[in-house]
Amino acid sequence: MAAKKLNIKDKYRLLTRDLDWEFSYQDHKKAFPFEEFEGIKITDWSKWEDPFRLTMDAYWKYQAEKERKLYAIFDAFAQNNGQLNISDPRYVNALKVFLTGVSPLEYQAFQGFAHTGRQFGGVGARVACQMQSIDELRHVQTQVHAMSHYNKFFDGLQDWSHMHDRVWYLSVPKSFFNDARAAGPFEFMVAIGFSFEYVLTNLLFVPFMSGAAYNGDMATVTFGFSAQSDEARHMTLGLEVIKFLLEQHEDNVPIVQKWIDKWFWRGTRLLTIVSMMMDYMLPNKVMSWKEAWEVYFEEAGGALFKDLARYGIRMPKHADLIAKEKEHVSHQAWWIFYTHGHAAGFHTWIPTDEELDWLSEKYPDTFDKYYRPRWELAKEMEAKGERFYTKALPQLCTTCQIPMGFTEMDNPTQISYRESIYKDERYHFCSDGCKEIFDEEPEKYVQSWLPVHQIFQGNCGGPDVEDVLRDYYRMNVGADNLDIKGSPDEERWKKWKGVA
Amino acid sequence: MSIEIKTATLEPVRNTYANVERRFGDKPATRYQEATYDLQSEANFHYRPLWQPDLELNDPRRTAIVMQDWYAFKDPRQFYYGAYVQQRAKMQEVAESNYAFFEKRDLARFISDEVRADIIRYLVPLRHVEHTANLNNMYGTAYGFGTAITQALLFNGMDRLGMAQYLSRIGLILDGNSGDALVDAKQQWMEADIWQGLRALCEETLVTEDWFEVMVAQNLVLDALLTDLVYRQFDNKLNEQGAQDIGMLTEFMQLWNKDTSRWMDAVLKTAVAESDENRALLAQWIETWRGKAAEALAPLAEAMLGAEALAEALELLDKRIAKAGIK
Repeated sequence: MAAKKLNIKDKYRLLTRDLDWEFSYQDHKKAFPFEEFEGIKITDWSKWEDPFRLTMDAYWKYQAEKERKLYAIFDAFAQNNGQLNISDPRYVNALKVFLTGVSPLEYQAFQGFAHTGRQFGGVGARVACQMQSIDELRHVQTQVHAMSHYNKFFDGLQDWSHMHDRVWYLSVPKSFFNDARAAGPFEFMVAIGFSFEYVLTNLLFVPFMSGAAYNGDMATVTFGFSAQSDEARHMTLGLEVIKFLLEQHEDNVPIVQKWIDKWFWRGTRLLTIVSMMMDYMLPNKVMSWKEAWEVYFEEAGGALFKDLARYGIRMPKHADLIAKEKEHVSHQAWWIFYTHGHAAGFHTWIPTDEELDWLSEKYPDTFDKYYRPRWELAKEMEAKGERFYTKALPQLCTTCQIPMGFTEMDNPTQISYRESIYKDERYHFCSDGCKEIFDEEPEKYVQSWLPVHQIFQGNCGGPDVEDVLRDYYRMNVGADNLDIKGSPDEERWKKWKGVA
Repeated sequence: MSIEIKTATLEPVRNTYANVERRFGDKPATRYQEATYDLQSEANFHYRPLWQPDLELNDPRRTAIVMQDWYAFKDPRQFYYGAYVQQRAKMQEVAESNYAFFEKRDLARFISDEVRADIIRYLVPLRHVEHTANLNNMYGTAYGFGTAITQALLFNGMDRLGMAQYLSRIGLILDGNSGDALVDAKQQWMEADIWQGLRALCEETLVTEDWFEVMVAQNLVLDALLTDLVYRQFDNKLNEQGAQDIGMLTEFMQLWNKDTSRWMDAVLKTAVAESDENRALLAQWIETWRGKAAEALAPLAEAMLGAEALAEALELLDKRIAKAGIK
């Protein structure tokens, strides 16, 4: 009997989709208990279009091939002291931000997709989530390995997971992902699968990898290339999730829109750190944050939301405000870190004169007017031996947890400041977007573990900031923090390069 | 004489990450160590999950097993992602060439109609058991504690999906890709009396809450029994009936079971060594699930192999339990 040829779609359906069965002995809802409480209506899981159609044997084969190549590069990088080829030791500080701030999110993605990969009632969706889960585990582990060699030669990378759970600015990315994982499974998929992996990935993951490419970091950029096909799969899943939810039931549309609004705002706040990385931390610049936002959100995202309009989905709320913020956020964020550089786990610095000129050129409407004068002042103070560090601990936004340093967009000299009263307590926010998110689910956000509050309440050791840094954050004070000038990182670099 | 390439030697500031150094000292670490220890958040969670507000997002209280350090569950295979996929890629390469050879030589034609029906009745429905195992291992991945055990559970879960797909392919080889064998096997699974005990047990594992208990029920009790019944005893029977070539298609599962039971035995040993309370709890779970599984599998084992088969499998299970120090 000649065997019939199967196309990939049929083969995948036979191998995978029909594994499920109707329960006879237990309540199906008890096995998949979290599907209904968010109000999402799924009428037919079989309508799910498998985004990958990748069987496990093919997965093992392709991924093992990628891993072999990647680790060969890691080995060569370490053997040849590849860190000597980076553009400038300042670059490594972008890696510190990445390992302490972003890699732990890959870990949370692994956990979150394991949760949805167990909980969804449809086998197609479950398997897609499981594959993303294991990919995310790959990403955190390969990132740890990519940075492993840097950790041996630079400060600030050594206690990345301990820091992620404690350090003040790292509560921004951590709370973002905690928020998504604490939500129901469908909100998680819209938050991470769609908003984060599909809409914003070119503004988060990609800038770090491009930064690596532009700055001679072979280990990280090779990871980036190796992860590219994984990311493409994840983007496909993100889009499939949205289409599936919107096509399943019209009642899902307003719920999904609400989540898109929320996660778009949460996401852009999170991207603040990328904006400053691109504009200030990369010695060789890829493009300005403003340019990246225009290309990857305004053009690409705009086209996406035009496509989604037929489902009744509109542009995320406050997209117009973000269009203004692209002129400001990176400058405001780097200033916060520069002035709190004694409490950061990476080095900060004043941009060089060439870099200040680059910023003036890239931000003709705002930089010279609002931000360059600050750096000129900082330069004067530094020249007098009075490098400026603020003594105060910043007030944090209850939702995004970023210090309240953003300004009103119509008046960039006025700090933007919102508040809500909930059960007789007053909560502070950096923006309407963050206030609205809180007001929608106050019971959730009153739980926020706000690092500055925690320090003042004595939950992080102390009494002085330096005690907190040394004992609670486990930073090597004097090595991990402060200005790059005079840091051990800089001294070692000069020694390697034979510069006085 | 040997050649000597001169390279610049730079003195490192430290040998590994600080968390690894705290555990193992200031010396070069393995990739498994750097990719495993302390990866998961343990402190300062921001919000309780809406879907389980009595617990934190990562919370050791999702099982009654108590560990001082959840990273005691070191994987003897030292699987992190890269090591895992490379190991499985080797296995799948062999499997792929076995499947290709089987199909190219059309070895299915040597299998009698009777034995072919047996394979569809007894072997192919196990794809649904593998699917259950996939979910049960994902359960531990999602709600377990500490990367050492959750990553191993994830690898196991993905393996089970892979094996469900291999079993499906056996059906497709036997039915010339029509899918009829899969339909027949599913009908067996849904309706045949011999399968209902096992199907009910699978459904029960899927509504069991304690992830460690689920892991023991699935990866120790059910897997030990089914491995012996299917991949040893039924395999022997197929040999005797001239269908030994099917062994080429199940070799992956046989190798896999060796690899995985090594890990599972290490997990049990570690949990038992931790405390008497853990040992007592494991003993109780194992007794419960062993009893349920024996009852559920009895009609299947008897129809597939005869009256003595289940007793043999139970004996092997009991040896493993004893070896882990549980009884």
